[in-house]
Amino acid sequence: MSALLAAAPALPLGEAGKYVAAAFVVFVAVILIYVAIMAAKLQRMSRELAELNAAVEARERGEAARAEQAEARR
Amino acid sequence: MYGKGLRALSLATFAAVTATFALVFFYAPLDADQGFIQKIFYVHVPVAIVTLCAYVVGAIFAALHLRTRDRKWDLRSYVVIHIALIYNILGLLTGSIWAKASWGHWWVWDEPTLVSFLIVFLLFATYQPLRFSIEDPERQARYASVFAIMAGAFVPLNFVAVRAATAFVHPRVFATSSGGLPGSMAFVFVCALMAIALLFALLCSYEIAAKQTKWKLRALRRRLLGADAVAPLGRSAAPALGEPGRRAPSAGGRASHPAEAAS
Amino acid sequence: MSDREPSRMRPSMALLRKDLLLERRAPEAVPAMLLFSVTTFVLFHFGLGRDTVSGQLAAGVLTVTILFAAILGINRLFVAEQEEGGFDGVLLAPIDRTALFVAKAAALFLFLALVEAVTVAAFAILLLGPSLWPALPGLLVVLALLDLALAVVGALVSALAIRTRARDLIVPIVALPMLTPALIAAARAAAPLLNAHGAGALPTKWLAVLGLYDLVFGLLAYAVFDFLLED
Repeated sequence: MSALLAAAPALPLGEAGKYVAAAFVVFVAVILIYVAIMAAKLQRMSRELAELNAAVEARERGEAARAEQAEARR
Repeated sequence: MYGKGLRALSLATFAAVTATFALVFFYAPLDADQGFIQKIFYVHVPVAIVTLCAYVVGAIFAALHLRTRDRKWDLRSYVVIHIALIYNILGLLTGSIWAKASWGHWWVWDEPTLVSFLIVFLLFATYQPLRFSIEDPERQARYASVFAIMAGAFVPLNFVAVRAATAFVHPRVFATSSGGLPGSMAFVFVCALMAIALLFALLCSYEIAAKQTKWKLRALRRRLLGADAVAPLGRSAAPALGEPGRRAPSAGGRASHPAEAAS
Repeated sequence: MSDREPSRMRPSMALLRKDLLLERRAPEAVPAMLLFSVTTFVLFHFGLGRDTVSGQLAAGVLTVTILFAAILGINRLFVAEQEEGGFDGVLLAPIDRTALFVAKAAALFLFLALVEAVTVAAFAILLLGPSLWPALPGLLVVLALLDLALAVVGALVSALAIRTRARDLIVPIVALPMLTPALIAAARAAAPLLNAHGAGALPTKWLAVLGLYDLVFGLLAYAVFDFLLED
């Protein structure tokens, strides 16, 4: 393969390689930026979900406590 | 369109993209006159093709929205156009890099695909400002769909016009020294096209999944903590399907009708 | 049978007549577009640093100026309807809502034709190098097709923008890219007509592109306009 590359580049490989690398790096970078934004959104969502879960548990505990009190009075 | 399919789609996309990168660098033969620079085309051309097709798909979804009045189609249309815009920028960047590598300038006017790509970008970049400037969500969706349909029809017309206007079209960059398009180049190109298209579908799915999850979370919060615990969404360009009847504030478009103001 | 034909056009004609009447009584759009065009020619003289232009440069200066002047007209097209409840009127009347689109597009076309009658003469006097007369018939064809494109796209974009918050910002940023193919075709078609060494032939390729643009956008705009008027 290196023989092939050495045989027919339009620009000296160092220069051409720089641009090809730049293009692929831009491509990967854009994807990674998108992934990072998605990850941030996901984090925020899971934090909110944890909060809501805690709220549900608190409510259930409260109901369980009230049910116990009602039992105890009887 | 979220949940189970997402993992399979992600894996398939990752595999396709990795395989394509490998093929591009280790299998595809060198182009006769562009040499190594031609490798950029395995990213640039699929991105361009997928972008233009995506704009047309966005227009079709918009037409479906107007026909069925189902806001889900507006959501799909919005997401497709949104991601296509990102792809559009990516295409312009890679095209510019290719131009610099080939001719030493960051921009060339005599590559018609690149030029029509820029014009299409300028048009679709107005999609979000247009949506943002309409507060009533139902009207926003409707007007955005009308725009998307016109803009979708614009894409092929624009391409034809720009191509006809360009004096010298550079030779197509898919040929080895033996001339013609060899099977190996075509194969790698098709792989690249599929990988880029899969990636597009994946990004759209993620967007839609993220939005739907957000709405479900808000609904859940509303049920658990009461309607006051949920901050109103405020103005946004994005469609919001899960919200309980968002009405525009009276300072918006509706009250300016004298009939409305009189009542 | 003979009643149906005129009654289909009558609402559009009525709306068109109203607009023409309004413009005649209190001319705002046409004089503004005219002044704008002539001023732009002066700006081009200084900006380009040239006394005369010909060929592609002349075609470009003329068509771009017309395009920008048209934006002024497009911005104002539905203002009366928006402020005086004209939209409600059209919705309540038992007519096809698209009649409003046809009327507005026709009105814009006529305004542009009127403006161009003076603008082209001004252009010939101020900036055009070669003589206008041999170019005139071809130029009229090109401008007619361009005006049709401007009218159709302008009426639709105007209706789209008028009920948003940022209406005069939306019109130029949406309409100008959308009109780019029409501009390309018109400028390329007019270029050989304004050649320094005698007017060339009218390139049919570009007329075909302009015609295609007019057809596609005309039909499409006619089909989707209804959806803009629903509330």
